[in-house]
Amino acid sequence: MAETETTSPVPPVQVLAADGTFSPTATAEPYLPYLDALSDADHEQFYRDMVTARAFDIEAANLQRQGQLALWPPCHGQEGAQVGSGRAARAQDHIFPSYREHAVGLIRGVDLLGIIEVMRGTTHSGWDVSDPRNGNFRPYTLVIGAQALHATGFAMGVKFDGATATGNPDTDEAVMVYFGDGATSQGDVNEAMVFAASYQTPQVFFLQNNHWAISVPVTTQSRTPLFERAKGFGLPAVQVDGNDVLASYAVSAKHLADARSGGGPQLIEALTYRIGAHTTSDDPTKYRTQEVTDSWVAKDPIVRFEAYLRNKGASEEFFSTVVSDAKEFTADIRARTHAIEDPDLTFMFDSVYSEDHPLMTEQREWLSAYERSMAGGAA
Amino acid sequence: MTMSIDAQVATMPMAKALNAGLRQAMADNDKVLLMGEDIGKLGGVFRITEGLQAEFGESRVLDTPLAESGIIGTAIGLAMRGYRPVCEIQFDGFIYPGFNQITSQLAKLTNRNEGSLQMPVVIRVPYGGHIGAIEHHQESPEAYFAHTAGLRSVSPSTPNDAYWMIQESIESNDPVMFFEPKSRYWPKGEVDLSGSAAALHASRVVRTGTDVTVVAHGAMVSVLLAAAELAAAEGISLEVVDLRSIAPIDYAPILESVRKTGRLVVAQEAPGNVSVGSEIAATVAERAFYSLEAPVLRVSGFDVPFPPAKLEALFLPDADRILEAVDRALAY
Repeated sequence: MAETETTSPVPPVQVLAADGTFSPTATAEPYLPYLDALSDADHEQFYRDMVTARAFDIEAANLQRQGQLALWPPCHGQEGAQVGSGRAARAQDHIFPSYREHAVGLIRGVDLLGIIEVMRGTTHSGWDVSDPRNGNFRPYTLVIGAQALHATGFAMGVKFDGATATGNPDTDEAVMVYFGDGATSQGDVNEAMVFAASYQTPQVFFLQNNHWAISVPVTTQSRTPLFERAKGFGLPAVQVDGNDVLASYAVSAKHLADARSGGGPQLIEALTYRIGAHTTSDDPTKYRTQEVTDSWVAKDPIVRFEAYLRNKGASEEFFSTVVSDAKEFTADIRARTHAIEDPDLTFMFDSVYSEDHPLMTEQREWLSAYERSMAGGAA
Repeated sequence: MTMSIDAQVATMPMAKALNAGLRQAMADNDKVLLMGEDIGKLGGVFRITEGLQAEFGESRVLDTPLAESGIIGTAIGLAMRGYRPVCEIQFDGFIYPGFNQITSQLAKLTNRNEGSLQMPVVIRVPYGGHIGAIEHHQESPEAYFAHTAGLRSVSPSTPNDAYWMIQESIESNDPVMFFEPKSRYWPKGEVDLSGSAAALHASRVVRTGTDVTVVAHGAMVSVLLAAAELAAAEGISLEVVDLRSIAPIDYAPILESVRKTGRLVVAQEAPGNVSVGSEIAATVAERAFYSLEAPVLRVSGFDVPFPPAKLEALFLPDADRILEAVDRALAY
């Protein structure tokens, strides 16, 4: 572990032990009231979200292996961090993901076929954030960390609009941006924290430390616990066990509430692990050991939460229903993946600009005529 | 600025015209924000935004942290929220820390979002030489941005164009790189406050002639006009075209002129290799080949880093270098 872990003198916030027993750490104390507000139905929803996201993720990786997708970046292992934080965000909040936040997209209402379309190569986004059904979940950003600045600028706008810190938690808006441990080395992420601190934006930086930036361990990015860095920018920061969905939820709910009520930007570092490869193009056996991966499999967020729910008396029927519903979900994704059509040949010209542009007009017409000439011999 | 209350034409330098244009755009639309380094209390190192923070407040004229990627990246987020940010990059050579946000994000976001998101962001870039400054303060980086799909790039050469083009750029729903020829900040010119004479992306014949067409943008237009005066004294008639826009380029006036003169010289401060001038030369060769009496010639900065200021007069094309190329074109 020494090779891949930075250690903090303060233990991360955790409420569920690895075996699923409810035993909050002392650091969890300020967050526990947020758990008191959760119902059994909420707990069941968390579980359903995680199982559905995992099933979707496995299905998508299989589709890639079958040649249906060019690439797949799996979220396997990170469902606790993603579902906890995603469920803590309110409807009026705005989410700026990186490209692995499939579980958050699911929670926000995005049709996950959109992510499939991106990875298949028929679109660059897959869903329209201006459609309210997509829950203010913005399209993925692939250049590492670039979205952190967009989130901060957006949050500056929320503040300028007076749409936050009015004292009404049902309408006050907050912004949450997702990024990984590798992204913390990018200038953009650091500049985002500088601007966020300067303008005291209503914003949560949600850092999923999954320990790997493709093949490079987090210790190459930082020799100090990453959440400690945020304090240097003047941001309140906390480290949480990201494989504990309840802890992830409680920490996110509190810091979103703080951001929403005028407390300024916050940072959460969720400790988790990328169980799968970076993407389907990657080979993790070249740079990490199975022993370390196995040690994280033993801390699986779904297994842990299932044990918690069983201890609380959740029925066998509930678990079997969730699993069969997830199977249905993935079967639907698989069927619709096979039905995705390639974009129209002039699609590439359609939205490069919002307003007329002579090169787009000329080249669209040229390509259309060229294709007609190839197909029928007459341009 | 000298004008009476009801005057429709005022005389002012480009720096004041930009200031007046920004003020008008901010007054017209409260979503217009200015962002940049030292643009508030100081009014910018060139004083283009002087007085605007006092007039519109600190939430409309933002003295940002010193980080170009941060300025552009947060402007993108503000545009996503419905604002129309106008960013000032302090000097041409300081734009590169923001290059990724401009080319991979700002330029591509409308396309990535399949048209459901507009990016009305203007990036003002004081650019070019002639001011005797140190390294990174005299560059002409416009070709990088003209090459990038999704961006529009313009450069005014007169106070009147500056006044109108900055407002038209702010009204554009696409991102606009607004290159301000800093050596032209101070000469005065007339500004017609009653209306703009040309569309944002229109190029324009600014001096008619018959022998050779000469084309440029920004500060180089004034060099062409000076060259045309000298040439006229020798009996050579130059037709001068001000590009005004370098992405897209409005070719119609250029082609019409070349069909008349048969000769074209393209001038620019930027290094000539893979430049805006190269693109114009190629396009004119493709579209007006049978009208050309001579190869299209380029007069450019040399393909070196902008030299120490004591050598800038040799690096930057002047009227004599324009006329040398005109002579070569006429010799065919």
